[in-house]
Amino acid sequence: MSARRIFVPGDAGALAVGADDVAAAIARAAAAAGVAVEIVRNGSRGLYWLEPLVEVETPTGRVAFGPVAAEDVPGLIAAGLLEGKGERLFLGPTAEIPFLKAQTRFTFARCGIVDPASLADYRAHGGGVGLMRAAALPPAEIVATVTASGLRGRGGAGFPTGIKWKTVLEAAGARKFIVANADEGDSGTFADRMLMEGDPFAVIEGMAIAGLAVGATRGYLYIRSEYPHAIARMEAAIATARAAGWLGADCAGSGRAFEIELRVGAGAYVCGEETALLESIEGERGEVRAKPPLPAHKGLFGAPTAVNNLVTLASVPFILAEGAEAYAAIGFGRSRGTMPIQLAGNIRHGGLFEAAFGVTLGELVEAIGGGTLTGRPVRAVQVGGPLGAYFPPSLFDTPFDYESFAARDGLIGHGGIVVFDDTVEMAAMARFAMEFCALESCGKCTPCRIGSTRGVELLDAMIAGREVAKNAALLEDLCDIMKFGSLCALGGFTPYPVMSALRHYPADFGLAPAASAEKEIATWA
Amino acid sequence: MEDRAGRIAAIIERFQGVEGATLPILHAVQEAFGYVPAESVPVIAAALNRSRAEIHGIVTFYHDFRDKPAGRHLVRVCRAEACKSMGSDQVVQSLEQALGIRLGETSPDGAVTLEPVYCLGLCATAPNAMVDGKPAGRLDGAKVASLVEGFAP
Ligand SMILES: Cc1cc2nc3c(=O)[nH]c(=O)nc-3n(C[C@H](O)[C@H](O)[C@H](O)COP(=O)(O)O)c2cc1C
Ligand code: SF4
Ligand code: FES
Repeated sequence: MSARRIFVPGDAGALAVGADDVAAAIARAAAAAGVAVEIVRNGSRGLYWLEPLVEVETPTGRVAFGPVAAEDVPGLIAAGLLEGKGERLFLGPTAEIPFLKAQTRFTFARCGIVDPASLADYRAHGGGVGLMRAAALPPAEIVATVTASGLRGRGGAGFPTGIKWKTVLEAAGARKFIVANADEGDSGTFADRMLMEGDPFAVIEGMAIAGLAVGATRGYLYIRSEYPHAIARMEAAIATARAAGWLGADCAGSGRAFEIELRVGAGAYVCGEETALLESIEGERGEVRAKPPLPAHKGLFGAPTAVNNLVTLASVPFILAEGAEAYAAIGFGRSRGTMPIQLAGNIRHGGLFEAAFGVTLGELVEAIGGGTLTGRPVRAVQVGGPLGAYFPPSLFDTPFDYESFAARDGLIGHGGIVVFDDTVEMAAMARFAMEFCALESCGKCTPCRIGSTRGVELLDAMIAGREVAKNAALLEDLCDIMKFGSLCALGGFTPYPVMSALRHYPADFGLAPAASAEKEIATWA
Repeated sequence: MEDRAGRIAAIIERFQGVEGATLPILHAVQEAFGYVPAESVPVIAAALNRSRAEIHGIVTFYHDFRDKPAGRHLVRVCRAEACKSMGSDQVVQSLEQALGIRLGETSPDGAVTLEPVYCLGLCATAPNAMVDGKPAGRLDGAKVASLVEGFAP
């Protein structure tokens, strides 16, 4: 009889809650019972409140147990875990878990399912089809397909990917580059990490398709240093892909060359900004460049370069394999396709929820996320990372899409949602936004470099109750200057969390609710 | 010292022909020595055809690069928003108490360094830390105590 396949995620989020100990306990218990098992270290399905989520392959599909602690293992095995049976912690067929079943998984279709170490498993689950198709297409047709899909950048700005690629394709240059941005510095986001750890070949496939599309012969994958597990996984996958002929002089039989080089960041948030990222790869300080020139015209080492978020790139294999229409068919307004939304912070069902655009913030936080983990009322939700606005429950009818959030002075960014309960102190959060900006500013512009430190001082004064109204007015002026006088969104968007906190939670700043709210809306509407 | 100069030279040699090799070299140097020794800066500068000031500027720009070794153990505790929403301020305090040092410090006996980090991408299991490269989530007082058991004073 062949060994039974047991899946225990090797994803960093699962490791953080003890997955390695669980895997070891299962191996020990199975050996003691004389049962041959193969323990696959898969990625995470993205149901982090159930991690470590152990799955068992049965003749009728995979079933799940979770959250499993190492101490639970002997009991679970005695109750039939290795046969896929049980009661305690038993979740039934994995695909039927409501949080998963309600999703539309295009980009994350294989994450948590496949063995991330195996290219054969990737192919067995439909991986590689998009690349093989692209390898047989002229570049302009690949670009046209991506344009028709309506795919927009998942790194934050939402720029149409097809248009960016067309610019690079048509730019003159002796050489061109792809850069995959996996700097993922936003708090509340982990989609890039999950994909790299759980489905690394999708990342490689997306980068290779991008390379063929724009005529780039080299792609740089820039991963933040805070992600050692993703780095190790991607290193191994790149070597495997190279050995299989997906990378190298003849990329996937296209007759064209494409190679990937992995680069590791060094703990600078601003290096997620695309031009700072290019400086960093070139070996410089991560200082933001003025635009123009656009990276698409004059990017890495002066050559035309397509910089894309990692999720953007990993969304492309599906589009090539299934067709642009299949992707564009779902979505909301000008936001087509799916968005991997990340539910984080004080939330009961934290994890990755990939869905068509248009689901409301309230549905995400309350219905899907299950409210706060602490069980207290939700007070504030920060959407889109440290540069994103705080939303109160009164704005929970906002549909999750680029335009709807922009219309409410917010942004969806990379899709992170961080939930806070009613113990949060919003003045402290506003202060943190300024402090973070000061800490991470690249130093190029004064409003960001100096303004953020001034902002911390003003907020300290307000928190101490000194001249609150006067300092609030100064803070507003300061935010205006930062918003309009900064070269990039670090200085330019830090006002979003600050002003949204001030607008929606004036009492936290020692301000009278009505007056300050009105005044604030007058200047920020 | 001889040996150290030789090792630095060997690292630089490894990245010959790599375009934009500064960060890869600095990472490799830090991995070898636990920090970026001041004496390596002029050597790297010469190899990359840059001024000493430029390389120094690059080393100091990035939070990761150290100018002195960290402790034998490294605790990086997350200070970003998702972890704050789950009480990371309390976790920081517990760590400071358990280790007898403040955030950003190394213990006098060199056993441990406690450092802030701004998001580990584990935001659904907040609050989080990383101890010697191992992720640790859902931290509370008891978990903090068991995490640092081996090297708390
Ligand atoms: C301060 C700052 C940090 C950023 N961090 C990231 C990041 O971590 N990952 C990312 O993909 N984009 C980040 N961006 C956005 C990038 O500049 C760029 O828009 C994006 O990588 C383009 O890819 P896309 O079109 O696929 O979204 C950041 C921007 C700013 C201003
Ligand atoms: S806004 Fe801040 S981070 Fe952005 S370029 Fe200016 S100084 Fe640098
Ligand atoms: S905010 Fe702490 S891990 Fe993301």
